[in-house]
Amino acid sequence: MIGTTGLIFNEPLLWELGAPGREAFSQPAREVPEQPVDPDLTGPGPDFPDLSELEIVRHYTRLSQWNLSVDSVMYPLGSCTMKYNPKTNERQASLPGIASAHPLLPEAMSQGLLRLIFDLEQWLAEITGLAAVSLQPAAGAQGELTGMLIFHAHHASLGRPRTKILIPDTAHGTNPASAALCGFTAVPVRSGPQGILEPQAVADLMDEETAGIMLTNPNTLGLFEANIRQVAEIVHAKGGLVYADGANMNAVLGVVDMSAMGVDVLHLNLHKTFSTPHGGGGPGAGPVCVTAKLAPYLPVPRVVQAGERLAWRSDFPLSVGRLHAFYGNFGILVRAYSYILSLGADLAQVSRLAVLNANYIQAGLKQDYHLPHDRPCMHECVFTDQRQLAHKVSALDIAKRLIDYGFHPPTIYFPLVVSGALMIEPTESETKETLDHFIAAMRAIAREAEQNPELLHQAPHHAKLRRLDEVKAARKPCLMG
Amino acid sequence: MRYLPHTEADIQAMLGAVGVGSIDDLFAQIPGQCRRQRPMDLPPALGEWDLDRHMEHLAAATATAPEYKIFLGAGSYDHHIPETIKQLLRRGEFFTAYTPYQPEVSQGTLQAIYEYQTLVGRLLGMEVANASMYDGASALAEALLMAIRVTKRRRVALSRAVHPHYRQVVETYLRPAGFEIVLLPYGADGRTDLSRLANASDLAAVAVQSPNFFGCVEDLKAVEAATHAQAGTLMITAFSEPLAYGLYQAPGRLGADIVCGEGQSLGIPRSFGGPGVGLFACREAHMRSMPGRLVGQTVDLEGRRGFVLTLSTREQHIRRERATSNICTNQGLCALAAAMYMASLGGSGFRQLARLNYDTAGYLKNALQAAGIALPFSAPTFNEFVVRLPAGSQNRYQQLLARRIVAGLPLVQYFPELSDHYLLCATETSRKQDLNLLVQEVTR
Repeated sequence: MIGTTGLIFNEPLLWELGAPGREAFSQPAREVPEQPVDPDLTGPGPDFPDLSELEIVRHYTRLSQWNLSVDSVMYPLGSCTMKYNPKTNERQASLPGIASAHPLLPEAMSQGLLRLIFDLEQWLAEITGLAAVSLQPAAGAQGELTGMLIFHAHHASLGRPRTKILIPDTAHGTNPASAALCGFTAVPVRSGPQGILEPQAVADLMDEETAGIMLTNPNTLGLFEANIRQVAEIVHAKGGLVYADGANMNAVLGVVDMSAMGVDVLHLNLHKTFSTPHGGGGPGAGPVCVTAKLAPYLPVPRVVQAGERLAWRSDFPLSVGRLHAFYGNFGILVRAYSYILSLGADLAQVSRLAVLNANYIQAGLKQDYHLPHDRPCMHECVFTDQRQLAHKVSALDIAKRLIDYGFHPPTIYFPLVVSGALMIEPTESETKETLDHFIAAMRAIAREAEQNPELLHQAPHHAKLRRLDEVKAARKPCLMG
Repeated sequence: MRYLPHTEADIQAMLGAVGVGSIDDLFAQIPGQCRRQRPMDLPPALGEWDLDRHMEHLAAATATAPEYKIFLGAGSYDHHIPETIKQLLRRGEFFTAYTPYQPEVSQGTLQAIYEYQTLVGRLLGMEVANASMYDGASALAEALLMAIRVTKRRRVALSRAVHPHYRQVVETYLRPAGFEIVLLPYGADGRTDLSRLANASDLAAVAVQSPNFFGCVEDLKAVEAATHAQAGTLMITAFSEPLAYGLYQAPGRLGADIVCGEGQSLGIPRSFGGPGVGLFACREAHMRSMPGRLVGQTVDLEGRRGFVLTLSTREQHIRRERATSNICTNQGLCALAAAMYMASLGGSGFRQLARLNYDTAGYLKNALQAAGIALPFSAPTFNEFVVRLPAGSQNRYQQLLARRIVAGLPLVQYFPELSDHYLLCATETSRKQDLNLLVQEVTR
């Protein structure tokens, strides 16, 4: 067992600390006189607590120690690709010429940054096999929205707006929500007994009112959608487009060609595949890659080559428009750029090892946990709690017990097509020894489920807090102190 | 490669355990027609030290202070960031965790975001704030969509004095579903002209920005009266410079129903425009229509205080196409930076710094006016203001660029009627000698 108990400090809320008049900020020297101000417009200022610098440092240091993170433990959260976030990327993003750059600088004064955007777009195009890229979307879900806006704009420009969109039952929850923002009604497509889409199911639903299909490949069961070419042909034959959610790109770098697969639009999550930190919930970045035919619809502004120089251009009449106040989460783009440059051709090895790691876990656990699709997986494997339910132990109990062993739990109860799912994505970053520890922990938990289910119902035992009352939180929301 | 730990012996042992002969066998499920025909053509890998040199070279081409004197704001502001924030944010426990789905082992992020929501609510004078949006622009777009949901109306009024990029993002979000945007002009004082509202009906919301794109503080009492004169219409106040609320009345205290905007000023570097953080707050009555994640207080099995993500039935992963938004990953780490910043300044420090910003920009404004430069808008401002330079000012502007002075943002690209108008910005980071230099150079 890696998990042990150490000394964890209690820490009050910010406003339970401090005293009026303290400060943790060095006020710059005043060089200018006070100016008159209109008393009708002024207010009292915000009611913030006043803390000293050490109070701030200790507060946030203690809070940080209540988190599990990739830097401390294996964090096999399926579909989230919790790989190592290289420290050098942080150094690059904080260089003064990057961190202090104003977004509206004249082009001649920001050529290095435009170059970074231009090159990263080219590399992502090369990696995916698609023709053109926009780095503007601020996260995966905004990338999906951009993709749906492109679908919408494409059909509108042909004078034939469409109303429906096909979404497989294995899709991420953001997919239908993104489609709905463009006025599309989601039509669910059931996956077949092999856990992947069958062309006939798509053919039965695809018609000329349907804008296209949104799918994830590899899908959320960790399986490659092997029929994607046929699916794409069916959708294209009816004038539809194919959108691929690239959240699972970490499985197929250097292996697949998205345009050969028939994909028209793809978004990537730089905070998944390209190692940028998850930050406790962002910021991410969700670049969108498209075929040459759809390039005119990409968001503006776009970086273009203008003679010797790079320049911003916005005169693309078919563009879906702007999605971000400036150019998206540029600081995140810098980290992804730094990651790709650090790996070069080894980027292909990333996916090979990510897939090997997932299969190693799958092989190590299938004696103890129910595996709905017993065949090689891609970068993640999906088990269920079916066997443990016989002892009244659920996926939630297994996840909470794993905390006691010193691991972050996997994603649970997703994908929805599998009841009681445990979705495990180890990533390429983990060593064989760590995977062995994880497998041993999961197997020990399977034995505990048989012998002492109550131990699991009560878990975690070693975290800062026991299980939290989520019903109370939702019934009488307390969102501010 | 130092990020890839597998030795050849590891790989062979693992393949043996899986029961396949090679890694390639694991990819057999991928049909040939889906595969690349050639390896990826990427630049050769750089070691850590070569990467440092390469990045330094790219970054060196950027104009930055102190070599350059840059008087640009327009939604991205230069403020001092305490070293404590930079170092605390880098703690891997914050940096390399994800969305706190497992509250028992994410209490650090959860308490910090609960504190963020509270500080944002206090700053904006609102009852509920969410855990963040992408940026000020998408926050405004989501606020308008929320008003459309709440009121079940299809038309919104949007001030032309809202940041032009924010207006473009609003169009992107509202256009596909066919919602209508009525633009409100700005008046001679640089504030929104509300007279057109008298004739508009069936509005879901009236949205202004304060301080607006011209730096002018809107008359929010008048906006409130004109908005709520129509039954049910929601008042939305956006912003790009939240430091202004250290001095000026918070919009929530003046009747706004939704307040949203950009929080980059709160301890986040400009980074060529992102990542920043979208602040978003509303009245408690509309809480369940809000987009984005929310952290709430609760107790654990032993009755100890703790925090969880809550009201998730509004969200995409439960409600799918009927969700209040598609947002999932937000700007967590930037929200944390903003909370650290607000806590570091404290109420007293925040007010003091806001006043220094006001006085610094005010000094520049007065000095330019005294030197004969026209100030076309008369409304009170914060940090930013518009000047009108003598006709043919583009040449002068270019000459100043050559002298490493960026004399604000030319407004004609956004407002064709405002040729020779420039938006200038000064903050607490501006030195008096640089302000004097600017005055001297533009009037030379």
